[in-house]
Amino acid sequence: MSPKKTKGDRKKTGETTTAAGLRRVVITGAGTINALGHDVTSTLAAFRQGRCGISQLDFRDVDRLSIQIGAQVHNWRAEDHFNRQQILLYDKFTQFTLLAAKQAVAQSGLNFAGKLGLNSGVVLGTAGGGLNTWDENYRAVYEEGKNRVHPFVVPKLMNNAAASHVSMEFGLRGPAFTVATACASSNHAMGLAFQMVRSGAARVMLTGGSEAMLCFGGIKAWEGLRVMSKDACRPFSANRNGMVQGEGAGVFVFEDYEHASARGADILAEVVGFAMSSDAQDIVMPSAQGAERAITAAMQDARLNPEDIGYINAHGTGTAANDKTECAAVAHAFGHHADRLMMSSTKSMHGHLIGGTGAVELLACIMALRDGVIAPTIGYEEPDPECALDVVPNEAREARVDAVLSNAFAFGGLNAVIALRRV
Amino acid sequence: MNTDVSNRIRAIIAEQAMLEPDQISDDATPEQLGIDSLGLVETIFAIEEEFDISVPFNANEPEKSAFDISSMGSIVAAVERLISEKAA
Repeated sequence: MSPKKTKGDRKKTGETTTAAGLRRVVITGAGTINALGHDVTSTLAAFRQGRCGISQLDFRDVDRLSIQIGAQVHNWRAEDHFNRQQILLYDKFTQFTLLAAKQAVAQSGLNFAGKLGLNSGVVLGTAGGGLNTWDENYRAVYEEGKNRVHPFVVPKLMNNAAASHVSMEFGLRGPAFTVATACASSNHAMGLAFQMVRSGAARVMLTGGSEAMLCFGGIKAWEGLRVMSKDACRPFSANRNGMVQGEGAGVFVFEDYEHASARGADILAEVVGFAMSSDAQDIVMPSAQGAERAITAAMQDARLNPEDIGYINAHGTGTAANDKTECAAVAHAFGHHADRLMMSSTKSMHGHLIGGTGAVELLACIMALRDGVIAPTIGYEEPDPECALDVVPNEAREARVDAVLSNAFAFGGLNAVIALRRV
Repeated sequence: MNTDVSNRIRAIIAEQAMLEPDQISDDATPEQLGIDSLGLVETIFAIEEEFDISVPFNANEPEKSAFDISSMGSIVAAVERLISEKAA
């Protein structure tokens, strides 16, 4: 049953609650570091240009890998951002997170001293957590035969390290935790943050996610599944031959609308809906029905009709299985409107950040709503009849859209879809 | 066809298909044997380990891979080729 909009169901400005009596949630800050840039401005510029961040990987033992490309963050010098003691405690996924979080908080203009800190929290997604730390220390004890590792290995590698350091950095004393649902981690995290602000459980939530899996062990594990491309990420293209991994972080400030408007904050977009579903079917093969249920439920949660959606940031991994399944799910969920909406995969540019991917992809959603620019699917070469949607091939497009979705469909059959709306 | 290579591959595929080796005919396809995509990837891994070879196979485009996995017989032929290439 599709939700019916009634007059006055959602007022554009002024109303602090939704028709269902829930708090409205807006995004008032964004930050990122990824292969396309070390901040939001450079990342959005790359989206507009259709620039590819994928290149030859550069790390220890890369010559022993059969997959040697990735969307790696280049020119990263931790010592430019953190002191010696911090570097000893922060795995790269935490470093990326803190950088993105500082950008987001700076943009929001928020100060969490006093009561606001007590009512604010952080929920982040990651799949691998401190994978570089695991990798380096396993190498030290197994390969190099060392019998001693640095005392901070455990606090450095744990998946919640980034969330904890963000809470400490800004004094966020409310809900703080990490979500690990593979490739849907960030979308699940942002969905939960949205629900917490919407319900009144928190006033402000920092949310998003990060991943730093580009190391020998990280790629070696993925090679085994034989789903990675050796040359390029070409989502929806008939000649696609797999995913390409990326790394980095995306962090956002999700804020109660009443709080944001009272202080005159610049609002980037409104978060209006979220839904999750489980395929309950297969540990790696996706299900169109599971994806479709999450898409439809996210629109219902947002009280949006399919015709309201102008753009979808696809999961679009560039694997044979995901892309055709996702297109089938969208075609079924949207009916005739599927031929009118745009859907692109920005993984073609920033790679697949696994647990951090939904966060970086949310930037393309904000750009669509705020700037009227749709990020392209680059690397698109041949139409695939099983992916017969407008995938915005190769070049960014100007278009006014009022509402968008961001899809994430993880290994394990876990689906999470977020809906945003222009304010 | 080298019977030793053939028998060792048959044993690997039989284990994956949960059948007896003599139930695997040369023209049997992975699909007929009930081996799904994950099972196929696992089979190829077992073959690589058994013969110490590297099998070029991308699950996204199995038809384009230089390694023909369409039947038991084609897999044996492909493995024999890889073994001889390795020896050369």
